Amino acid sequence: MRHQEAIFAGFGGQGVLFAGQLLAYAGMSEGLHVTWIPSYGPEMRGGTANCTVILSEDEIGAPVISHPLSALVFNAPSMEKYAPLVKPGGLLLVNSSLIAARTAREDLRVVYIPASDIATELGNIRIANMVLLGAYVTVTGIVSLDSAKAQLDEHLSDRQRKWLQPNIEALDRGATLAR
Amino acid sequence: MSQSIIAPEEMELAYAYPASLTRAYTHYCPGCVHGIVHRLVAEVIDELGIRERAIGVAPVGCAVLIYNYINTDFVEAAHGRAPAMATGIKRVNPDNVVFTYQGDGDLAAIGTAEIIHAANRGERITTVFINNAIYGMTGGQMAPTTLQGMVTTSTPMGRNCQLAGYPIRMSEILAQTAGAVYVTREAALDLAGIRKTKRAIKRAFLAQMHGLGFASVEVLSTCPTNWGMDPWAAMQWAKENLAAYYPLDTFKITDAVKALPA
Amino acid sequence: MAVQLLKGNVAFAEAAVRYGLQAYFGYPITPQSEALEHLSGRMLQEGRVFLQAESEVAAINMVYGAACCGVRVMTSTSGPGFSLMTEGLSYIAGSEIPVVVVDMMRGGPGLGNIQPSQADYFLMTKTAGHGDFHPIVLAPASVQELIDSMGLAFALAEKYRTLVIVAGDGSLGQMMESAELPPMQPLPEQRPVWAVTGAKGREPNVITSMYLVAEHLEQVNLRLQAKLAEIRKHEVRFVESQTGDAELLLVAYGTSGRICTSVLRQARQNGLPVGLLRPQTLWPFPEQRLRELAEQVRGVLVVEMSAGQMLEDVEHAVQGRVPVRFHGRTGGMIPMVEDVLSELQALASDLGVTP
Repeated sequence: MRHQEAIFAGFGGQGVLFAGQLLAYAGMSEGLHVTWIPSYGPEMRGGTANCTVILSEDEIGAPVISHPLSALVFNAPSMEKYAPLVKPGGLLLVNSSLIAARTAREDLRVVYIPASDIATELGNIRIANMVLLGAYVTVTGIVSLDSAKAQLDEHLSDRQRKWLQPNIEALDRGATLAR
Repeated sequence: MSQSIIAPEEMELAYAYPASLTRAYTHYCPGCVHGIVHRLVAEVIDELGIRERAIGVAPVGCAVLIYNYINTDFVEAAHGRAPAMATGIKRVNPDNVVFTYQGDGDLAAIGTAEIIHAANRGERITTVFINNAIYGMTGGQMAPTTLQGMVTTSTPMGRNCQLAGYPIRMSEILAQTAGAVYVTREAALDLAGIRKTKRAIKRAFLAQMHGLGFASVEVLSTCPTNWGMDPWAAMQWAKENLAAYYPLDTFKITDAVKALPA
Repeated sequence: MAVQLLKGNVAFAEAAVRYGLQAYFGYPITPQSEALEHLSGRMLQEGRVFLQAESEVAAINMVYGAACCGVRVMTSTSGPGFSLMTEGLSYIAGSEIPVVVVDMMRGGPGLGNIQPSQADYFLMTKTAGHGDFHPIVLAPASVQELIDSMGLAFALAEKYRTLVIVAGDGSLGQMMESAELPPMQPLPEQRPVWAVTGAKGREPNVITSMYLVAEHLEQVNLRLQAKLAEIRKHEVRFVESQTGDAELLLVAYGTSGRICTSVLRQARQNGLPVGLLRPQTLWPFPEQRLRELAEQVRGVLVVEMSAGQMLEDVEHAVQGRVPVRFHGRTGGMIPMVEDVLSELQALASDLGVTP
């Protein structure tokens, strides 16, 4: 059964909420049930931000999960908080540009990706979220990379539209590194 | 035996009961000014031909039963909330003529936020505000408009403004709001004043009917029962004291309101 | 209509527009402000009424005024705002006019926080204002059910001339989920006969909740209670899962309810004979069905995002027939599947219920 749970966590402004939404849109476009739930506290305003995304062939019960199958951590505080919570056998995707630490856990699949560096290379540090998302869909196979790209085209705001191509490249770069 | 020398159809009409006033006996105390102002509102509604378009919002206070006396559609608001309720009504029924009738506790104490914001939004409603400087219905406690030194059941030694705050001049405050087009204070304490009050009420309804904005008429009034005076003495006392603190004036009138037919 | 990814707050607001909402009055409060924001544009676009009030007190009285005119009207808020509205809600109940209110509950008491909670259960079902009345309280558990609740809320409000509250929580409001909106429905063309519209060609209509003569007010109360009895009889709604052979019963609503569907799934995988009763109406409460189930199961576990409010209604229904346990989180915390599961397993082992 197709089923995935992911926590996206980082600083406000790193695009963690949008990356999560894009995954939800992609899942929906492939006919899956999806939920996306943010932490919406005052910490949103410049502090840490996170969201939980669930994609499943089954109807989704609990929309929040204490031990998710995957975590995408964008900064060091998120690594500290979520690396210990991922389910054994799960996936941890680490933005190694901003996180020097390595997890001690051996029961996880861990992928270190210098997402912020790649994003800077592509001209916009804020698209590191797409690098990690590209890696995530490639490793888990929960949705296709093409679905993610199609939804990006659909949901990128007018203001951000000029960054469509670099965003797509960022997805590709993440996917390539994760293979 | 006297004999009629003029046929009825040739008589000049000197008095008629307003169609917008029901025939119910009011519950007001002898000498109360509410009855006078109710009648003025009813006469204005008649003269403007809006009885079938008007919706009144009744207050909490002595005039809580106004819907038994004025013969239009009515709703009964919670204490102080008449302007909010009138806003809801006017927004969904813009073609109706919506008026509130509030006392000083209702408008100047518990409903201060609602009246100021309704005025400031320029709600196309008409407010008649009866200021008699006391809480009548609950038995004569201090109102926000009670004068310094006035004895009430909650200021037994007279209102001490150091303790109880100062009498509040609401019309002056409402006149500061951008949405108000007509804010005036009248006194229904003698014949001339009553006639002037009626003209002001009519103007306030007309302002609404022309879609101009918020209009209110404060009416200085008496409460013989709770003031402990006979009606005549109360009228005199009000003229000397209330009108001294609350000047009779038009605090705001826009050119558009001035230009309305009298 | 196609399935869309919709945020709860936007979904219920847009659903209300499509179900014929004619006027909205509200005051911003987290975690439901997206609804007010959405309506601020949409209602004007549709030529309908939207107004941001100066307070929740004013908002509910604007709603009251508009409702007296016989239009479809609503507001939405969260706990602290709901507290302020209770004055108006009581007048609305006393005047017997249809009004819909959405409460996206947040952590309390006091200013509390803006995280999800279910601690307004008492407030909505039992203490929504002074005097004897109950609103109908709907408790959706998903964005789709939230959308559907809006249509049901208007229909019930108008059918019974009563107050209907849609009870969500911060997570339901903030969550995005795949759901389908209804098609745009026509606005009601006529105003009801009792509405204030101007006394043209009829006697004046007066809408009031005041009856100074005790005998009159008692008659009004008796009529109101008779209506509530009708609602109790016809409008109880709940969802039941796997109760057929259940020896243990989970009872939870809204977000806690959907969390319990995950608990149920795992418990069944472990072979535990568990069922779930998820009330979709908190008032009227599915008391009768719960009483029947209490004859069948050996224990009940109530799960809430509160210190135990619906719990009292469950205990009242079960009447001591079987043990009733409680798992609650407060302060904006959400019950976790593992924690509920271990609570359930503890209850099973205490009662000797085995896979």
